[in-house]
Amino acid sequence: MTERLRFARTRTGAVGLALLLLVVGIALFGPFFAPNAPDAPIGIPLTGPAGDAPLGTDFLGRDVLSRVLWGGRSVLGLAGLATLLAYVGGATVGLVAGHARSLLDPVLMRGADVLLSFPALLFLLVLVTGVGASKATLVIGVAVVQAPLVARIVRAATLEQSVRGFVEAAVARGERASAILRREILPNIAAPIAADAPLRFTYSIILVASVNFLGLGLQPPAADWALIISENRSGFVLNPWVIFVPAALIALLTISANLVGDSIARTLGVSVGGRGRT
Amino acid sequence: MSELAAPVPAARRRRPLLRFAARRVAAAIATLFVVSILVFAGTEVLPGDAASAVLGKTATPDQLAEMQHLMGLDRPAPTRYLDWLGGLLTGDLGNSASGFAQGGTTPIWGQIKGKIGNSLTLAAITTLLMIPLSLLFGVLAAVHAGRPVDHAVSIASVAIISLPEFIIGSLLILLFFAWLDVLPPVSLIPPGDSPLGHSKALVLPVLTLLGASLAASIRMVRAGMIEALRTDYVQMARLNGFRERVVVWRYALRNALAPSVQVFAQNVQYLVGGIVVTEYLFNYPGLGKELVDAVAIRDVREVQSVAILVAAVYIGLNILADLLVVLLVPKLRTQE
Repeated sequence: MTERLRFARTRTGAVGLALLLLVVGIALFGPFFAPNAPDAPIGIPLTGPAGDAPLGTDFLGRDVLSRVLWGGRSVLGLAGLATLLAYVGGATVGLVAGHARSLLDPVLMRGADVLLSFPALLFLLVLVTGVGASKATLVIGVAVVQAPLVARIVRAATLEQSVRGFVEAAVARGERASAILRREILPNIAAPIAADAPLRFTYSIILVASVNFLGLGLQPPAADWALIISENRSGFVLNPWVIFVPAALIALLTISANLVGDSIARTLGVSVGGRGRT
Repeated sequence: MSELAAPVPAARRRRPLLRFAARRVAAAIATLFVVSILVFAGTEVLPGDAASAVLGKTATPDQLAEMQHLMGLDRPAPTRYLDWLGGLLTGDLGNSASGFAQGGTTPIWGQIKGKIGNSLTLAAITTLLMIPLSLLFGVLAAVHAGRPVDHAVSIASVAIISLPEFIIGSLLILLFFAWLDVLPPVSLIPPGDSPLGHSKALVLPVLTLLGASLAASIRMVRAGMIEALRTDYVQMARLNGFRERVVVWRYALRNALAPSVQVFAQNVQYLVGGIVVTEYLFNYPGLGKELVDAVAIRDVREVQSVAILVAAVYIGLNILADLLVVLLVPKLRTQE
């Protein structure tokens, strides 16, 4: 096993990774096993488990099992995309701010501070009011909320590296700043970034799911775990499975991603920061 | 302060703290100002017209122009911004779009003032329970570090800390309403009633918020305590023959408390976001539910004003926490 995968040998790391792979597997390959179409009514609304609908039906009489099997892709896709965007934006800002010993640094980091002085969910609600609820709003909004946290971590790591001898040697050789950042600094700050990524991903899932739950992200009839919980809230008693199964899957996803992040951070010996709640 | 130190005038001794507070308040006001520009720009300069949101898609151009005039949307954006800001500074939050939709003007303040109290009640009860419980469990885990009690507390808090509030709440409703049928899934509190008179309706929302914030605080208290228990003065106290209970609660905890205050404040801040989701889940008549409803009908002015109110509380809590820490840790008081 390579150095990079050492975290999987710890107990929490192994358990977390196994659970994460399980839920990701259900999300990605679930649609191939769905017995019914996710948006076609098959029976009486909110009936309990029966022969052709092992998890019963939802408030419109659709098959819960099929909707759950379809509903993971949007959770993973939107949160994954938002995390990726946050890294591209945040890492760029952090690298530039950490390496440039000029006015650029305080300006960029004060901007990050202002964004962090605002609750993440409130930022997303304001954004939805301005530009309307859509997938793009959700992904870009979550990325903007996360980018300052990535920028802080990358900046701190960059600052540490940019005073090292090999960086000063590159500066003395007259290499361009972009080349120094890419070839000298980026490879050396991979550890703190790797340790932070699973936690950022967990946080993205929490934010994406929360906005979808509030009805301000994906719109019906989309099959999405958070949206399924939200739209069936009146069916708690008639068919508890329609709430329990998607809730348990989201819970397993965030818990396992967090466990993996925790154990990566531990094996790499770096401390991770940043807030983890809505 | 040592008796041998050069006498310092009382006024100068107090000044560092005052100066610190003044600097933080000034920075907070500047931040709020920037936030107000961002909120305004985010909601009004980007595409999406508040007047057509009020009237719906069937409005004629004439009706639209009239409504835009009524809502003051025909004036340039900077004028509208200054108008809104001036109103905020004099305590006028503006008129809600749902009022315009009904053909009159409804002040936002009248619409939200009862709900602010409901949300504060929820936050206050959660905080009052969170602090003692997190100290208790955090200390318990730290004292038994590496043993089963610690593992149980640590694993439970890692699991709960990863959950979105609406998942915690939904699972609680399944357990206490759908299965055991002892607590209501909806907080039916009539307007004007105090939530305290409907204690049954409060239990699940408070438990939901507590789950999320408690887990984070326990982890931090545990970390702080483990560090404090390793210090020389704790060893010294033990060697002096103090009972372990005294060593833990009187010596170690006091010193672990200062960093914990910041964590508590941070968690009260997290409550701000958590309350929005929790109120929506339980249909709790608070500011968070009001905000989500306003966003859903794109009531621009109400979203702006409520967002600024919430941001002010959020930033205010931050200052309060910093001041508390400085008060608790004398060392920090003399540092610039």
